[in-house]
Amino acid sequence: MVQATKNFFIAWLSIFKGGPKYYLWLAFLACLMGVGVYAYIGQAEHGLIMTAMRDQVSWGFYISNFTFLVGVAAAAVLLVIPAYVHNHQPIKKIVLFGELMAITAIIMCILFIMTDLGQPLRVWHILPPPIGMMHWPTSLLAWDVLVLNGYFILNVIIAFYVMYKYAHGEHYEMKSVIGFLIYLSIPAAISIHTVTAFLYNAAFSRPFWSASILAPRFIASALCSGPALMLLVFQVLRKVTDVEIEDKAIFRVATLITYAMAVNLFFLLAEVFGSFYPGTAESVNIHYLFFGIDGQTNLVKYIWTAVACNVTAFVLILNPKTREKFATLNFALVLMIVGIYLEKGMGLVIPGFTPDVLGEIYQYTPTATELLVSLGVWATGAMIYTFLVKFAIPIHTGKLRFASGEHAVTAKRAVIDDVTSEKA
Amino acid sequence: MKKTKDERRALKVNRRTLLKGTLAAAAATMLPLNRADASFSDFWESFFQKHFREMTEAEKEKVVARLEKEYEEKYKIAIKVGIEPAMPGVLFGYGLDLSRCIGCRTCEYACVAENNQSIDPQIHWIQVLRFKKEDPKFPDFEHAEKYYNAALAPQPGYFYMPIQCQQCENPACTRACPTQATWKEPDGIVTIDYNWCIGCRYCMAACPYGARHFNWGEPHRAPQDINPNTHYLGNRPRYRGVVEKCTFCIQRSRKGKYTACVEACPVGARKFGNLLDPNSEIRYMIANKRVFRLKEDLNTSPKFFYFFDFGGTR
Repeated sequence: MVQATKNFFIAWLSIFKGGPKYYLWLAFLACLMGVGVYAYIGQAEHGLIMTAMRDQVSWGFYISNFTFLVGVAAAAVLLVIPAYVHNHQPIKKIVLFGELMAITAIIMCILFIMTDLGQPLRVWHILPPPIGMMHWPTSLLAWDVLVLNGYFILNVIIAFYVMYKYAHGEHYEMKSVIGFLIYLSIPAAISIHTVTAFLYNAAFSRPFWSASILAPRFIASALCSGPALMLLVFQVLRKVTDVEIEDKAIFRVATLITYAMAVNLFFLLAEVFGSFYPGTAESVNIHYLFFGIDGQTNLVKYIWTAVACNVTAFVLILNPKTREKFATLNFALVLMIVGIYLEKGMGLVIPGFTPDVLGEIYQYTPTATELLVSLGVWATGAMIYTFLVKFAIPIHTGKLRFASGEHAVTAKRAVIDDVTSEKA
Repeated sequence: MKKTKDERRALKVNRRTLLKGTLAAAAATMLPLNRADASFSDFWESFFQKHFREMTEAEKEKVVARLEKEYEEKYKIAIKVGIEPAMPGVLFGYGLDLSRCIGCRTCEYACVAENNQSIDPQIHWIQVLRFKKEDPKFPDFEHAEKYYNAALAPQPGYFYMPIQCQQCENPACTRACPTQATWKEPDGIVTIDYNWCIGCRYCMAACPYGARHFNWGEPHRAPQDINPNTHYLGNRPRYRGVVEKCTFCIQRSRKGKYTACVEACPVGARKFGNLLDPNSEIRYMIANKRVFRLKEDLNTSPKFFYFFDFGGTR
């Protein structure tokens, strides 16, 4: 155990290993993080008045990003199912990087929640008694805290246990506790996005969020944007590192995304029809979202961009010719990420509040503080993912192996030598 | 038996101490200490202050003493923070006569004078909406106006509708709160512990009446404008980053007084009383007027009743 702990820290040394480009990338991210921290200090000093949020629109860009990232975290399931349930070898080789992205996304979710809190230092009040006063099971936010943390812990255990096994030249057994946890991570992934959708459903004073199709639609859209982001990142990974990712794995995931996008568009249509056609008082929010009211149209651009992106992406990814060509596939993936980001973010959170419960239209557009703080959180996520991947790659490719105590020393030497030589 | 209880308490203390230890460093570095003269122990006590409902009477008094000291340092005037509990056999209810209301907003300003809301940024617990009588779209909220000129009211062709916390019997907001920082008291008033609220604003998303207001910035109010008679769950000075709302003037109503808005209304449109008392004025209104409650379909069961006399304003 002591040796394993030591090995764990030795393995972390690989995050220092990298050429000038790697360090340039880290410096770039550090700059963005610095900008985010600077903006956040302004917010901490003056309060959330630095944002564009007000009583009428009391959640904004931070919660939008949070909602999108819950989807990214949940999307790891699209790799976990083919990898473990169907034993699809090309995907099994890369599932680890999907799990690491889930871990990163959850950390970013928590950061976005923290930046949104009026009293962030009191966040421990949400813990269960005897420390806090968690309002469980009544409050859906308490549920969200539970499932997000549960999913986070699950993925940390799975990813690091699997790496531990690899690093010691062993293989994990699916018919063991870890196998059970891996299977458990599938419903857990669904649960985080379901509970997040229920969180909106539960605010029954906002008819825009009451659609019972909200949770299924969340899952469907998450299974588009999350894997799309992963596929783009994987292509970068195989270019800049020695990780091998087969085209087969990428195309297989792209096929799965196609199904998800078809379902997503269908659900969107179902929701828009169901809430729009009746033209009742409850249709007013979706009317505002798609067409605006009395010349007040600040959300119209977001939703139509989202619809255009998603439909174009679907056409491109549906056709096998464009799906299996990287230029068009990647274009489709980018469109999809942009589309879902706008639809799940600005297109979901803000129209819930506009017009507000007393009919007032407050046109929300995020301030510089909100944009910069969010940029900082994204940069933090990118850095965390970089480190996690950097940690995982030598283990994944087999360069780092701790066979026994003696070998561990050699391995440690090798890593340290590598680090020093690269720096020199 | 006693021993096990003590042991449990010891365990509880230990867990708390552990948390205090880990958070202390973070707190010390992160919290902007605006009150440079506040001692560290006060800061410590305030940071680890328990939920109001978890406190013993002795603890409440200690907290109130600390708060009063804190407020005196900040505002240079003596502020009394009351902790009067709900009176037995009382369930507060409110009535508003829409046919009398002239939209003058006197209630709105009386509320601000009484309840120590921030002047800058501005927080009002009462919103008065103006509806055009002939509007074919009437009566949807999207065609109501909140920012009309109250000095000109009442104007012919309009009617007015003040909206504040409806003190629901089945409140959506308290269900939403992840930390139980807001709850319904035995006398039916929905209250907030401003020292327990984490400022997540989920209650604001949940409230169907726009009754909850957030301190987006540092609340500002001139010391001479502060009402020194306050209640812990009501009008004591608030903090930045917490939610606040109408409490039926808990500092007054629990002493048997009318709320500020009832007293201020120049046309007697506002009624307030005990729903459990069959002889109360509010019970008479409910029994004898044409009464409705706002958004009844949501099943929040407000204890705020709107009613009409004949005809309405002309």
